Amino acid sequence: MASGIRDKVVILGMGCSRFGERWDCGADDLMIEAFEEAVADAGIDRDRLEAAWLGVFYDEQNVSKSALPLAMALRLPDIPVTRVENLCATGTEALRGAAYAVAAGACDFALAMGVEKLKDTGFGGLPERTKGTFEDLWQPGFTPPGAFAQLAASYAAKHGIEMPLLKRAMAHVSVKSHENGARTPRAHLRRRITEQQVLEAPMVAWPLGVYDCCGVSDGAACAIVTTPEKARELGRREGVTIKAMQLVPSNGVELSHSAWDGAHTPTTRLAARRAYAEAGVRDPRAEVSVMEVHDCFSITELVLMEDLAMSGEGRAPADILDGAFDFDGRNPCQTDGGLKCFGHPVGASGLRMAYEVYAQLSGRAGERQLPSPSLGLTHNLGGIPNRNIASVSLFGLQRL
Amino acid sequence: MAGIVACGSFVPRLRLGRGRMAEAMGWLNPGLAGLEGERSVCSWDEDSLTMAVEACRTALANAGSSSVERLGFASTTFPFADRSNATVVATALGLEGSLRTLDLGGSQRAGTGALAQALAECDAPAAGRALIVAADRRLARPGSAQEARYGHGAAACVVGAEDGIATLAGARHYAADFVDHYRAADGSFDYALEDRWVREAGWLELVPKAVTPLLAEAGVEAAAIDHLVVAAPPGTAPRLAAALRIRREAIADPLEAACGDTGCGHALLMLAQVLDSAAPEAWILVVGFGQGVDALLFRATAAVAGPRTVATVAATLAARTEETSYTRFLAHCGLLSPDFGMRAERDNRTAQSVLWRKRDAITAFTGGRCRACGTVQFPPSRVCVNPACRQTDTQVPHRLADSAGRIKTFTEDWLAYSARPPLIYGNVEFSEGGNAFIEFTDFAPGEARVGAAVRFVFRLKDVDRVRGFRRYFWKAAPARKH
Repeated sequence: MASGIRDKVVILGMGCSRFGERWDCGADDLMIEAFEEAVADAGIDRDRLEAAWLGVFYDEQNVSKSALPLAMALRLPDIPVTRVENLCATGTEALRGAAYAVAAGACDFALAMGVEKLKDTGFGGLPERTKGTFEDLWQPGFTPPGAFAQLAASYAAKHGIEMPLLKRAMAHVSVKSHENGARTPRAHLRRRITEQQVLEAPMVAWPLGVYDCCGVSDGAACAIVTTPEKARELGRREGVTIKAMQLVPSNGVELSHSAWDGAHTPTTRLAARRAYAEAGVRDPRAEVSVMEVHDCFSITELVLMEDLAMSGEGRAPADILDGAFDFDGRNPCQTDGGLKCFGHPVGASGLRMAYEVYAQLSGRAGERQLPSPSLGLTHNLGGIPNRNIASVSLFGLQRL
Repeated sequence: MAGIVACGSFVPRLRLGRGRMAEAMGWLNPGLAGLEGERSVCSWDEDSLTMAVEACRTALANAGSSSVERLGFASTTFPFADRSNATVVATALGLEGSLRTLDLGGSQRAGTGALAQALAECDAPAAGRALIVAADRRLARPGSAQEARYGHGAAACVVGAEDGIATLAGARHYAADFVDHYRAADGSFDYALEDRWVREAGWLELVPKAVTPLLAEAGVEAAAIDHLVVAAPPGTAPRLAAALRIRREAIADPLEAACGDTGCGHALLMLAQVLDSAAPEAWILVVGFGQGVDALLFRATAAVAGPRTVATVAATLAARTEETSYTRFLAHCGLLSPDFGMRAERDNRTAQSVLWRKRDAITAFTGGRCRACGTVQFPPSRVCVNPACRQTDTQVPHRLADSAGRIKTFTEDWLAYSARPPLIYGNVEFSEGGNAFIEFTDFAPGEARVGAAVRFVFRLKDVDRVRGFRRYFWKAAPARKH
């Protein structure tokens, strides 16, 4: 197996727009907002960028297809730009493109930008769209909350956990994220909530109530990456490096084969295993100091704790209720509020997660700064449990 | 010689109590107040075509064989005016190919006409068996007598050049343009004429013109008739029996209280119910009425008492759930246009080239079974989904429509668009292995359970209101015993 990209790429600078219902902004404005911050953070002339990757999910509904929206919004200096899309892993895919280019030596400075402008679609949740000419003929007319809600029924059945207990653990996931979100200035939802509020909220897709679902937001986030050599040339003695980036898409097993129990995400398990190996992580629970996982719904985060090996099989509800993933817990999770409260502009989310991990590792997380974190994890789950894209990335603080 | 080999029936699960109709519309039609019983109503995802498929499935199951040469589908409420509805039924049943399919309509006599024609054709050499089905989903104006009297339903018969469970002893027909009611080609509702005139000048005058010569030809005394199957307006059958000198006890249950008059298939539905319990050698007279008369005389054979019936009319009638909302019933009939929200605006255009390529999977619910490893999968694909196999072009067609299933996981989605919220869907495991991510139907909120048994039913998947197309697929429904 190849050696991977561990420590071959340094994050030189990052930016993130304020997330939320940005009625004041189009996608181009959001990208500029994130980019200005990243360029200042990187401390380089923007004309030194040699290539860029743009992650956008709903092309027809915000900026249209192709690389042009990024090149034009930022008036990039005639450099190659690639548009990527991989459902909710889109932002991470943009970063993976830029990181691989730098690791390969194709360029010294690359930009990864993720953006989504959802609040012009007119929908409260994610907009309705075709699932494909064949898929529309047979797949249920599902919504994302419904598709993920299914995890709960099968998880409860598999582990013999009563739904009220599972609902309480799910509620704790949301209460914790709201607690963290309240301390995050750029987050979309900044109000603390109680377990009671979660449990009494209107049902969206059984057993998920309103507070089990993440926000639908506008936002952009970006990263400028380079090599350790270039970072040293720029005077950096310490930096956040990429330890691993792994991506696993479903190949149809969850959709068609009996092997899947409907209660976990096999793609995440595989991506996590590979990422831990690439980064040399032996004991994730002992080593990972901060996590940003794909908490599109409370049940997703709960199931992911087992898929990422942060909890034992069937142990996630107990660990969650014990506070293992709270801000002061064993493995703090969603320290910026996560998708739940920071928001979920699809194409930007992977980079927003990296932004939080980068801020924590750099000691710049302000009111929500963790004490000396050293290894951060980001995770995306694009699509739905039946067919998804899982990405697991690891970032570390490294002497250069 | 020609006979009925087996019957099948389907009455939609939902029943609307006439009391509930009186409660909603009694302000307009106080006459509704005295009405008893309930009528069957289609859910939003049922129509004449889906009911026909289900009735055919029970008929073929009762026949013990799905080998048929001809398929006739009778209805006055076909979802398509120019697309062979019978051929959709054939495809759904997995019968596509060397088969003659034919739609028959135009009057309430279409069902008995289709049966008479299929029986007549049995005399041809090597005619083989025929499957005929009649189904109707007639609309009626809110508060009308028709709304209370009509039901939705379907019935099917397998006939052949054999004695079967009932042998045809004779048939007579009479054509007369008597307009008891009519529906214009572009109309939604029936226009009904005065019921006394219809009874006196129509039924009582015209039916004897076919029945009397039929009985004379067959040499059967009217008093010898054991079952009179006639789908007539209330109060008509006793008068008709008296006029024909047929015993009053011979009048078959018109199913008024259980489901209402289900349209052009109703005589066949009543016939199916009679044959479920008829004694050998019983004489059965079937009358179809509508701009004339079809009269068919059958004699039950010894086989009628045999243990052949796997699906009875009583079973489909017993599988019922009350429709608790009159306004939801109206909405499902398209007579009320509620605000279903933005998600209902989704464009449901069907790529016909895809439907044609994938019709086995979509219309016939056929998956693949790998010759190399035995794995069953849906949808079928050229490469086996089994991670331990992944061989190419090893799949053979494997029909899943009649498989048993078990709920692996599910949700009740209140955000998704459904004409009957919540949209319930999930993953279902087939008994032979393999998984389907599929919509559920006929489940009430709170009814689904992980591990519960399901069966698969042919239903409307989406309606394309812009282009007037409806697409069909299979859904998981609660398993039930016939």
